[in-house]
Amino acid sequence: MDAFTTPLLAGTATGALLLIAALGLALTFGQMGVINMAHGEFLMAGAYTTFLTQQVVTNTDLSILVALPAAFLVAGALGLLLEVAIISWMYRRPLDTLLVTVGVSLVLQQLAKDVFGAQGDPVQTPGWLDGFIDVFGYHWPYRQMFTILLAVAALVGLGLLLKYTSYGRQIRATVQNRDLAETMGVSTRAVDRVTFFVGSGLAGVGGVAVSLISGTNPNLGTTYIISAFLVVVAGGLGQLKGTVIAAFVVGIVTAFFTDWFSSSMAQVFTFALVVIFLQLRPQGLFTVQTRGLA
Amino acid sequence: MFESRTRLATGTVLALTAALSLSACGGTKSGEKTAVESCVDTSGDSIKLGFLNSTSGAMAISEQTVRDSLSMAAEEINADGGILGKELEFVEEDGASDPAIFAEKIEKLLTGDCVAAVFGGWTSASRKAMLPVVEANNGLLFYPVQYEGLEASENIYYTGATTNQQIIPAMDFLKTKGVKTLFLAGSDYVFPRTANKIIKQYAAELGIEIVGEEYVPLDDDDWTTQVAKIVDAKPDFVFNTINGSSNVGFIKAYYEQGLTAKTTPIISVSIAEEEAPAMGKDVTGQYAAWNYFQSVSSPENDTFIKAFQDKYGKDRPTSDPMEAAYTSLYLYKNLVEKAGSFEVDEINASADGVSFDAPEGTVTIDGENHHIAKTGLIGQINSDNQFDVVWSSEEPIEPDPFLKGYAWWDPSKE
Repeated sequence: MDAFTTPLLAGTATGALLLIAALGLALTFGQMGVINMAHGEFLMAGAYTTFLTQQVVTNTDLSILVALPAAFLVAGALGLLLEVAIISWMYRRPLDTLLVTVGVSLVLQQLAKDVFGAQGDPVQTPGWLDGFIDVFGYHWPYRQMFTILLAVAALVGLGLLLKYTSYGRQIRATVQNRDLAETMGVSTRAVDRVTFFVGSGLAGVGGVAVSLISGTNPNLGTTYIISAFLVVVAGGLGQLKGTVIAAFVVGIVTAFFTDWFSSSMAQVFTFALVVIFLQLRPQGLFTVQTRGLA
Repeated sequence: MFESRTRLATGTVLALTAALSLSACGGTKSGEKTAVESCVDTSGDSIKLGFLNSTSGAMAISEQTVRDSLSMAAEEINADGGILGKELEFVEEDGASDPAIFAEKIEKLLTGDCVAAVFGGWTSASRKAMLPVVEANNGLLFYPVQYEGLEASENIYYTGATTNQQIIPAMDFLKTKGVKTLFLAGSDYVFPRTANKIIKQYAAELGIEIVGEEYVPLDDDDWTTQVAKIVDAKPDFVFNTINGSSNVGFIKAYYEQGLTAKTTPIISVSIAEEEAPAMGKDVTGQYAAWNYFQSVSSPENDTFIKAFQDKYGKDRPTSDPMEAAYTSLYLYKNLVEKAGSFEVDEINASADGVSFDAPEGTVTIDGENHHIAKTGLIGQINSDNQFDVVWSSEEPIEPDPFLKGYAWWDPSKE
């Protein structure tokens, strides 16, 4: 086995997964200032949606394709509900959103335990994803390639939405200066809701990819939330390119550390590196110039 | 504004990580050493016992099955006239998958409810948290799960396997299979680390080469990179000491990269009848080491399975920890009846040799270390997610939690 190929390819797939999880956060946290600790539970909702879809559409080759939009809608709807019911009351109070969403995250986890049981449910890998190609001795699973494609698709989709649609323009206007956007007739409330829906929905899509790694379980979200925040913060707020670079760097660096040392130590080292990086560059990789006064 | 938000977020992430890792360690509350005066009331025509299992939190799914078989055993014993003519009355408590709560609840059961004995615990962390409390109050705890050994308390009876009844038989089995190279995969905590230390020393003795050793944290499910190392090392067998949901990620990554039970079989010590169907992959042909399988053929096991499924449903499998819990209550009955008393000291004094015809076969208590002699079994998973027994130690193996009888074992050596 090539000591270089395995961590590089496996790390890229991990990075892709982090990216899908972090894209939603980059929107809600980076652009709206909401620290949503329940974001990981939207991944979990996506994973459970995959499991449920397989109960309805028993052809596993098809069910995963049905699960993708279904997971987007389910997680998006959950996010929308969270925004309307709770978060809309506490904009510009990031610490409050942090505390409240930690609570929401616990509630959602317990809910999953009560509904689905604490033991995870199995998710079948579709036949066309079950296999690998040999890259310099590394049996690169189709599943990892699928995750990377999914991340690219999510990124391109989001990029197009932000750049070319009127909603996208309104989102960007709101980010740059909420008050001014409002005076120009943008309903920032409506924009917030759309942003939350899309951001949470993307986490649901990430949940589909996660379910192919580990099936479902109620604590699945907690595994990813910290890393996803790490990526958003290291990438810098307000620009997606920072998030993209940070996600792949964190994924690949962690994979190399895992290869050289162990999985536990890799987490420690990666975390330490990000902390050092933020000491040197507190604003992250990139940051957007806002016209806000704050 | 953005800069301060970044700082806030960094601080938050740091604080949360610290909080998470702290809570993962759990707390051990040691009971104060007080004058031990038992408050157990033996004057009435009933006697109180405590059942302490997690019925909420991450361990609930496993521990609820133990609670179910304990309740069933208590009902059976009551229908049969109780213990020393006294009806069993059981106080149920929830350990909530949290070692600190286990310590708190067992103190309440022993000193508040004044139960004569407590049955339960699952994770080693929960047992270690209860140990000082049950010792300080000179109480009794029956612990029903296989564990990493290296412990023997006067106040605990261990009815699951210790390492020389599960890990060592598994290695003996691998030797008979002609295994030359072995890869170790485990979760990163006390049981797998201890088990692998024993495996490595015994492997050296048996002439089996360890070609890799990988650990992944309990809460991490992605085994892709580690499985790539297995693919590369091409071992004859994989020894799996992974616990919990991480098993699913391991099994998925293993099949995904083209490994199969034919090329690189796995032997596990934590996948039983309950877990096998939850993998999302057909695991037919893989192996597991236990002391009981639902497929064990004995009249006692037939009765046990029938009673359990009549009570809880035809689709419910029976597994090793459930059987060990069921057995623990009957062993308690036999202990009390031999001692003629519910007093802990009197029970301990006459404990040696107390036995029970359990579903797994006859088990006998060792009065010295409070473990029980059990037969080591290796099962191979069939297409119904049941285990076909392919190897047995034939005779019950005497428990040796500190591996004193194994010359190759050196606890100080890595």
